Amino acid sequence: MVKSTTTTTTTKDAQALLHSLCSAYTATPKNLKIIDLYVIFAIFTALIQVVYMAFVGSFPFNSFLSGVLSCVGTAVLAVCLRIQVNKENKEFKDLPPERAFADFVLCNLVLHLVIMNFLG
Amino acid sequence: MATSLESTNVVKPDILRNAIGNVLSLFILLLIGILAFSIRLFSVIKYESVIHEFDPYFNYRVTQFLIKNGIYDFWNWFDDRTWYPLGRVIGGTVYPGLTLTAGSLWRIFNSLNIPLSVETVCVFTAPIFSAFASWAAYLLTKEVKGTGAGLTAAILLAMVPSYISRSVAGSYDNEAVAIFALIFTFYLYLKTLNTGSLFYATLNSLSYFYMVCSWGGYTFIINLIPMHVLLCIATGRYSSRLYIAYAPFVVLGTLLASLVPVVGFNAVMTSEHFASFLVFIIIHVVALVYHIKGILSPKMFKVAVTLVVSIGMVVCFAVIAVLIALVASSPTKGWSGRSLSLLDPTYASKYIPIIASVSEHQPPTWPSYFMDINVLAFLVPAGIIACFLPITDASSFVVLYIVTSVYFSGVMVRLMLVFAPAACIMSGIALSEAFDVLTRSIKFQLADILGDSHSGVGDAASNSRNGVVQNDVSKVNKQSVGDKNEDTSKERPSRKNRKKEKENMEKVSIKSRIEKRLLVLPFETSIIAVFLLVLLGGFYVIHCVWAAAEAYSAPSIVLTSHSHDGLHVFDDFREAYAWLSHNTEVDDKVASWWDYGYQTTAMANRTVIVDNNTWNNTHIATVGTAMSSPEKAGWEIFNSLDVKYVLVVFGGLVGYPSDDINKFLWMVRIGGGVFPHIKEPDYLRDGQYRIDAQATPTMLNSLMYKLSYFRFVETDGKGYDRVRRTEIGKKHFKLTHFEEVFTTHHWMVRIYKLKSPKNRIRGKSKKSKSTPKASSSTSSKRASTGKRNPWH
Repeated sequence: MVKSTTTTTTTKDAQALLHSLCSAYTATPKNLKIIDLYVIFAIFTALIQVVYMAFVGSFPFNSFLSGVLSCVGTAVLAVCLRIQVNKENKEFKDLPPERAFADFVLCNLVLHLVIMNFLG
Repeated sequence: MATSLESTNVVKPDILRNAIGNVLSLFILLLIGILAFSIRLFSVIKYESVIHEFDPYFNYRVTQFLIKNGIYDFWNWFDDRTWYPLGRVIGGTVYPGLTLTAGSLWRIFNSLNIPLSVETVCVFTAPIFSAFASWAAYLLTKEVKGTGAGLTAAILLAMVPSYISRSVAGSYDNEAVAIFALIFTFYLYLKTLNTGSLFYATLNSLSYFYMVCSWGGYTFIINLIPMHVLLCIATGRYSSRLYIAYAPFVVLGTLLASLVPVVGFNAVMTSEHFASFLVFIIIHVVALVYHIKGILSPKMFKVAVTLVVSIGMVVCFAVIAVLIALVASSPTKGWSGRSLSLLDPTYASKYIPIIASVSEHQPPTWPSYFMDINVLAFLVPAGIIACFLPITDASSFVVLYIVTSVYFSGVMVRLMLVFAPAACIMSGIALSEAFDVLTRSIKFQLADILGDSHSGVGDAASNSRNGVVQNDVSKVNKQSVGDKNEDTSKERPSRKNRKKEKENMEKVSIKSRIEKRLLVLPFETSIIAVFLLVLLGGFYVIHCVWAAAEAYSAPSIVLTSHSHDGLHVFDDFREAYAWLSHNTEVDDKVASWWDYGYQTTAMANRTVIVDNNTWNNTHIATVGTAMSSPEKAGWEIFNSLDVKYVLVVFGGLVGYPSDDINKFLWMVRIGGGVFPHIKEPDYLRDGQYRIDAQATPTMLNSLMYKLSYFRFVETDGKGYDRVRRTEIGKKHFKLTHFEEVFTTHHWMVRIYKLKSPKNRIRGKSKKSKSTPKASSSTSSKRASTGKRNPWH
């Protein structure tokens, strides 16, 4: 009997947690949600590549590495952009979002230049 | 309007002071650069503009090839003039940073119509980059503590003897540019950490790429930065700037490191890089936790934590178990030999005698610390304390840097070079803080002493200084007031409380006065202290200049000695290499101990069997076995390698201690490690290698002994070896399988030619030719016939 009550409390807790997470997330501004979507897309692409490698083997290892690391890299850079653009972040409140975006583009350029070189 | 006028009048002195300060700093930096360049020029003045030692000759040869043939041929270069008959893939095994840098410098100079030769550019690359390194140290320390500390650190680094020893003019080695890349990468990391700008993170990754190109010591960076990130997370200093500083660096850095052919896939496969990936995962977890903590209420957050922890633990354990199984399955747990010898200093001496034999890989002695960093040795602890008041991300990084580099410098003397910049940064911080406190006390009390009549002017002039003091006092006030409030809130309201309040008020005012006094030292003490610090700096400068001039400027390819009849110059090495290049065929192979391989290929332009790269232990063991065997066995081994000439370095006539007889123990050890018929006890008498009459017969018959001491008795009639300080054991002997072709002026380099086997075989064995079958019986007959033929 005790066990079932604890399980019900944990499931209720989990549901309450999910509910609060969802409500908190829907409150975030639209531009941040777009960046989050981009991050999820990049990570999803990386996962597809890893699954593909598990099936086919990793023969041109440099291609595999550059593919996965380019996805992970753009995801990380997008997260950095989100940190810098987020209005709730007090450390970056006097950084104009255009500067943040310009840095993001520059970093992506360097990353993709290296990827193109390493792709083989 | 009036207010704006007032504000400009008040603001102007500050702007003027800042402007003068900036111009002065720039001028000082320029002078520091010139100082760093010129203190390294002693060897050029004392000897000549020549490349030193052994490794730089290889780099010089590679640079020559790059300049002559262009970058595509350099990238794909397979060198067949070394490690005969194996060859060496230079494109894939060399760190290209140094050669590409020097090549670009040469190209820039030539395009500006300044016709410098390749050798000149190579010789002077190191001093130029040491100037850049001191500027990078200025920038780094400015990020940690401010401009004053930066300038002090820069001037200390420009002169520190440890750095001079590896970057003197002529020492054309990887460390010349690698130390600059190291300091510059650390500076950009700290700048990203302090500003949180993605632009500096990109620059940081590019600078790390330059470091990977230049030196194998880049693994220090890729392990130190994750360690620092972990430290920041563990001490609760996580911030989004930390994420921006670290995460793009790992991704871009790993990609850029894999681009360099020497590193290649090692960037993701070896244990040296696993720390960065582990911390990459950890920082993402921490970032997610902080983000969720920010958007949830505290109660919900607790629920989330319990749920995640219970599920996450299981997953974590599974992943860790898999990782440990993977890593433990490889015999060295995934680490390379050199890295393992750093972590466990006794590893190399037990398992890899080649790494143990390199003199730079020995642990340093205690006096060498004082020789190499001098005064900084006792300024460093003061700097560490200064970094803790107050502690910031940047100062915690510098403390971590110095602690790890002290450990590694204690393992291997070559890594004193990585310790030197850290020591300079710490000492710069310490000196700057000390000068700060002392000059502030002087100024404060000077204002007091002169100040009763000039109080107004004094106040305005020393506004900022006093402001600083007042700020400190007010800070202390606030702190003590805060303490008082805490105390009162905990106390029960009573008369005792009120009395305590009064006491606390008094305590506050007394404390503020005491604090004010504590921030200021007595006037005479401060003046004497400033004078003593300047004197300390003077001692440091004198030592550094002496070390640069006397201790670290020897090119070791030219030796000098002072005697009563003047200066003797021993140029035997270049004499021998020149003889080789003029008197032998282009395709002739030269065998020597691996120390001289690079110089032989670069200066004599002949194919060698083994060289300083020491990548193939068996090949080196073959040469070592040949040198340790009797003459005939040695001839056979060399003949099987197509060797024509054997080169031996001998110091017995002039007292040159680094000759091949002194290195003989390594030949025996390395050869015995691969070929078991070479046993070290055969060469030892009472546990020592001896060459006098008490030496073992194996020693006296070995090829190395014979080649070193052939005809040595003709020099003084007794064969007295000046290095071993005894007469040699076997004085009169003939060589049967080698002939001496050249001995240099001071007998320092001796070159022998392998005698070709005889065309006809004389003696009774001629008769055996009539019976064609049963060759074994004929060979046994040959062995039993009277005349001993040396070729069988």
